[in-house]
Amino acid sequence: MKKPALSIENLSIGLPQGADRDFAVENLSFAIEKGEILCVVGESGSGKSMTANALMGLLPPGVDVRGGKARFEGQDVLALPETDKQAMRGERIAMIFQEPMTALNPLMRIGDQIAEVFAAHNRLTTPERRNRALELIREVGLPDPEKIIRAYPFQLSGGQRQRAMIAMALALEPKLLIADEPTTALDVTTQAQILKLILNLREKHGMAVMFITHDFGVVAEIADQVIVMQEGKMVERGPAQQVLVTPEHPYTQRLLDAIPTGKLPQARPLGTVPALEIKSLRKTYRTGGGLFKPVREVHAIDNVSLSVARGEVLGLVGESGSGKSTLGRTAVRLVTPDSGQVLVGGVDIAALSEEELRKERHKVQMVFQDPYASLNPRQKIISAITGGPITRGVPRAKAEERARELLEVVGLGADAATRYPHEFSGGQRQRIGIARALAMDPELIVADEAVSALDVSIQAQVLDLLRDLRSRLDLSILFITHDLRVAAQLCDRIAVMQKGKLVEIGTVHEIFQSPKQAYTRQLLAAVPGADWQREEAATA
Amino acid sequence: MWKRFRSNIGAMVGVAILLAVILIAVCAPLIYPHGPWQMVQRPFLPPMSVDGLPLGTDTLGRNVAAQLAYGAQVSLLVGLVSTIVALLIGVPLGAVAGFYGNWVDEGAMRFTEFFQTIPNFALAIVLVAIFEPTLASITLAIAIVSWPPVARLVRAEVMSVRKREFVDAATLAGLSRPKILITQVLPNTVSPIIVMASLMVATAILLESSLSFLGLGDPNAMSWGYMIGAARTVIRTSWWLSFFPGIAIVLTVLALNLIGEGLNDALNPHLSRKGRA
Repeated sequence: MKKPALSIENLSIGLPQGADRDFAVENLSFAIEKGEILCVVGESGSGKSMTANALMGLLPPGVDVRGGKARFEGQDVLALPETDKQAMRGERIAMIFQEPMTALNPLMRIGDQIAEVFAAHNRLTTPERRNRALELIREVGLPDPEKIIRAYPFQLSGGQRQRAMIAMALALEPKLLIADEPTTALDVTTQAQILKLILNLREKHGMAVMFITHDFGVVAEIADQVIVMQEGKMVERGPAQQVLVTPEHPYTQRLLDAIPTGKLPQARPLGTVPALEIKSLRKTYRTGGGLFKPVREVHAIDNVSLSVARGEVLGLVGESGSGKSTLGRTAVRLVTPDSGQVLVGGVDIAALSEEELRKERHKVQMVFQDPYASLNPRQKIISAITGGPITRGVPRAKAEERARELLEVVGLGADAATRYPHEFSGGQRQRIGIARALAMDPELIVADEAVSALDVSIQAQVLDLLRDLRSRLDLSILFITHDLRVAAQLCDRIAVMQKGKLVEIGTVHEIFQSPKQAYTRQLLAAVPGADWQREEAATA
Repeated sequence: MWKRFRSNIGAMVGVAILLAVILIAVCAPLIYPHGPWQMVQRPFLPPMSVDGLPLGTDTLGRNVAAQLAYGAQVSLLVGLVSTIVALLIGVPLGAVAGFYGNWVDEGAMRFTEFFQTIPNFALAIVLVAIFEPTLASITLAIAIVSWPPVARLVRAEVMSVRKREFVDAATLAGLSRPKILITQVLPNTVSPIIVMASLMVATAILLESSLSFLGLGDPNAMSWGYMIGAARTVIRTSWWLSFFPGIAIVLTVLALNLIGEGLNDALNPHLSRKGRA
């Protein structure tokens, strides 16, 4: 047997008093061998990031290691004095983070940030540092290294920033790389590239990788070994293939079941009466433009026409910057288009004046992406839901009765009405958001990435709710998402957008089984774990 | 929130001092029914030299302790009222500027800058000199020079809150713009305003004292600044005449600052400096 690169024995991390449990991580033991990728999987709050932070000595105040050892190169890294830890960080254990924008210093050029790693460990001379930075930039596959080295983080895209982060992490050839959800904030196609890069680098440098993720699709792509964590405890561990195919612990099974699979639902007969019709819509954003600078134009929506039938769920899929959110916001007229029509029940929402619009607002409602920002923290749930109907002239008592009914419908119970948003979890808040939208009796609901911020098991529950509401209330939904797997679960038809243009539109079966456009095929191929699920679907 | 505030020792000391000052101010007419202007003994009596006059007498033989107590009334009143007036000007202006943006914002902010380009104290002096120096005019002058920071703070807060999704949700609910501003946005800007207000009271007290020191105070109101101003010619022979009102100002302003800091830590726990130590 090989000697493990890192072995953790009985690690316990204590939370401060008053937290929902005593330990962030309890009695965790595992080992990573040289050149191995270990995926730590779990939902938010499962303690997976805490484990990584403990190894790096980055625990937040109030949280401390209560016991256990982490053996790395013959030393217990948890017991090292701070100066030794500092020397170890970056040199022998490196880390990459989830949010590449905030993890890079916005005021420093990329080349300088990489060179700084050498400077911090007193390695190399200044010109050598620069050359090495160039090499690293080339190695992680950033285009035009000479230019990138002088670029600031804001000039790079999300995927490029993540590559720069990886270059920094690789600078001193660490033995262990900790990656904390490094692809979560990225588009699927970018994610696929970054995962491939990590696999290649592992091959080349033979380093051990501890990869933290919540996405089993990603696990299927890169993991050798898998650990599943639930509320600070390890519930399952084993080779990737074994955990994915024959999970033993009920929690792992539940997580795997909750993953939106590529399995397609039965096609339903669709109505022909349109709830929403969008006709040759255009929206262009202009930025910059001064005396000496040319105006930068972004065609967020470029001549898009589509329609959503009554009782239909249309999925709007695309990567960030594809204009899908702008389209959704135009449909509810939070954004006014430059030209084109948005017909809801025969009325052109895009052409109404401010006053007329207020009376028509109730026809299209929106469920927002961020469950924490979409509810006013200083407003009780009941007034959040009744605000709209009361403005429309519904008597208060009646509106409140209806709000309680709706809270029951979305599965929260009427007693939720008198509480404040902070008492609810993310999934519950999304249910409140749905109740708020339903309270207006809309013809169409626009759901803008409504389940993207949620854990898989919660996401599955909210999707179930939407499916249930769709059949019970005959709802029309414009469902905006970046995740094709999610779209497949709920939608009747899918529209694919790229750079403001509508690339392809068709039934779920058409899109998944016989995509006509190259871009759609590319998107489908980039879905993490696509191969694994195809196998599974074949065996099922 | 109250738990966090109470656990802050500095803030609790501040509250204790402030309560003491308020108590003295309220009880002044009961303890010294003759008022601060009456001559009670020979002038220039040092502290503790005669029974019943623990802080001595001033140049005209008036009771320094009585003057201090009545001065507390004036200082607190001016501090509080001018802050309220400043909030009444600054909050609506800042809120409207931040919420509506564009030319409304431009107009309101240029107007604010107009006031900010003139040094605070100079403007206050000019205003008091133009009006008769009465308590009302001094309070108004202080309010007029201290609202611009409020407007800027509220504007910045409103600008960040109005981009949150619940504001979009309220728009979709058909609420009118002014109603969204009042019911959705403003309630979420209250905490920084409270913190700033507590610090503004302290600044206002200092401003009033400075004005009185220069002889621009209300001649009919006994204030701490007036006491120091009157005593400055005899500072070498009768130190207590300027020392005690000075201490009173220091303690009150310190108390208000401690409370402000405490409120800040309690209302914005993420910014608390203690958590990072």
